[in-house]
Amino acid sequence: MTSNVHGEPTVRAIGLQKSFGPVGVLRGLDMQARAGETLTLFGPNGAGKTTLLRILATLTRPDGGTAFVGGFDTQAQGELVRRVTGSVLHSPMLYGDLTARENLSFFARMFRIPDAAHRVVEVSERMQITDRLDERARTLSHGFQKRVALARAILHAPRVLILDEPETGLDQSALKLLHDLVDDYRSNGGTVVMTTHALERGLEMGDRVAILARGKLVFEQERSRLDSNAVREAYKHYAGLESADGPRTDEDETGRSRHNQ
Amino acid sequence: MIGSLSIVWALARKDLLLEARNKDVIVSIAGFSLLVLVIFTFAIDLTPENARLVGPGVLWASVAFAGVVGLNRAFALETERDTLEGLMLAPVSRDLIFLGKALGNFLFIALALVIVLPLFTVLFNLAVFRLEMLAISLLATVGFSAVGTVFAAMSVRVRAREIMLPMLFLPTIAPLLMAVVESTGHLVAGRSWTDMSQWLQLAVAFDVVFLIVSAFVFQYVLED
Repeated sequence: MTSNVHGEPTVRAIGLQKSFGPVGVLRGLDMQARAGETLTLFGPNGAGKTTLLRILATLTRPDGGTAFVGGFDTQAQGELVRRVTGSVLHSPMLYGDLTARENLSFFARMFRIPDAAHRVVEVSERMQITDRLDERARTLSHGFQKRVALARAILHAPRVLILDEPETGLDQSALKLLHDLVDDYRSNGGTVVMTTHALERGLEMGDRVAILARGKLVFEQERSRLDSNAVREAYKHYAGLESADGPRTDEDETGRSRHNQ
Repeated sequence: MIGSLSIVWALARKDLLLEARNKDVIVSIAGFSLLVLVIFTFAIDLTPENARLVGPGVLWASVAFAGVVGLNRAFALETERDTLEGLMLAPVSRDLIFLGKALGNFLFIALALVIVLPLFTVLFNLAVFRLEMLAISLLATVGFSAVGTVFAAMSVRVRAREIMLPMLFLPTIAPLLMAVVESTGHLVAGRSWTDMSQWLQLAVAFDVVFLIVSAFVFQYVLED
């Protein structure tokens, strides 16, 4: 991980465009996140948050514009981008018939980690999954699978963490782990770009918050400069442009987590 | 180089481990092949002359059709839990992912052939266990798995994947199918390497071209 240097843009998107058929999802989006910073992205459903994260994670090619992660072009230098990036998207992406340990060991080999067995134990302890490492992934609850996915994302100690609604399905203790993980990354000079619908939690975890609507960043502010009410108002204003969905409160999230268990 | 080989082997080993636990792919390939062979023994008057004439075609057509079923299953397993995207998040080039998946599919088809060939010998009363058959099977399996892997990855994202894969796969492998059927025909007729050499050369050329093309195309198939 890099030293704690603020001001260096580790993640940068310039004029990103992406359409799926006739639907324009990203429409010339510009954004950046610096080293030692957590950028929290809010936005109504369909705003383009997941598409943006998928482009940063090199899973999706933009139709126009460019994106850089860790100084590498996501289209031309995808392999190098993935070397410095750890991603947790909606699905845990685990092999159901492999145990959690086998899943992590397999990905450790894919990440070319020298002492894979040791590192697997290390990240498992970090995410508090050691007791269940030898159970098949399909038998684990969604929350535990999410913990394994988080452990996989940090296997190679990436400089950038990309998290798409990481709190979904996590119980209170796992949320605390997630919070600590994000805090550690930030304080050690890493960069975290995350999306969430949980407004209070997003505000608590982010150094900077931004709202995505209609495929662009329509609101961006340092957390230190504004209170949650201002963000909530802004969210409601921009969300009203394209969706009737209001921001989820943390209470809603907890309810959704319970439902997912 | 060793690092790349280790990645390819890690991918294939993971597929073998999964297969050892759920046995989806090999059972699909071997089961379907055996079924086709048995049905043909009922449908055709298997005199020694007929067996020599149609046996090679029936054998490789059954393996090709069964390959479609198995390859569909192999990639469906990767998409059911979005694990293909998990692989794409790893810092390895897409062509290594292709080679790893193709190696896994190669091993599945090869294992299925180990089950199918003895039954073919018994049902059609044809002696195929010669060194030449090893070469023919190897060439067929390499081609089937190279072409099948890229088309299975392509088809898995479309709604009608069960139809899409055979529509793409079977016409593409037609030259290879022709080469291995003709080579096997020479083999069961008791002829030598030299008689089948031009067909084997065609199979080698097919495998080389499609390994390279498939590895190149695979990266574009994977990304949105």
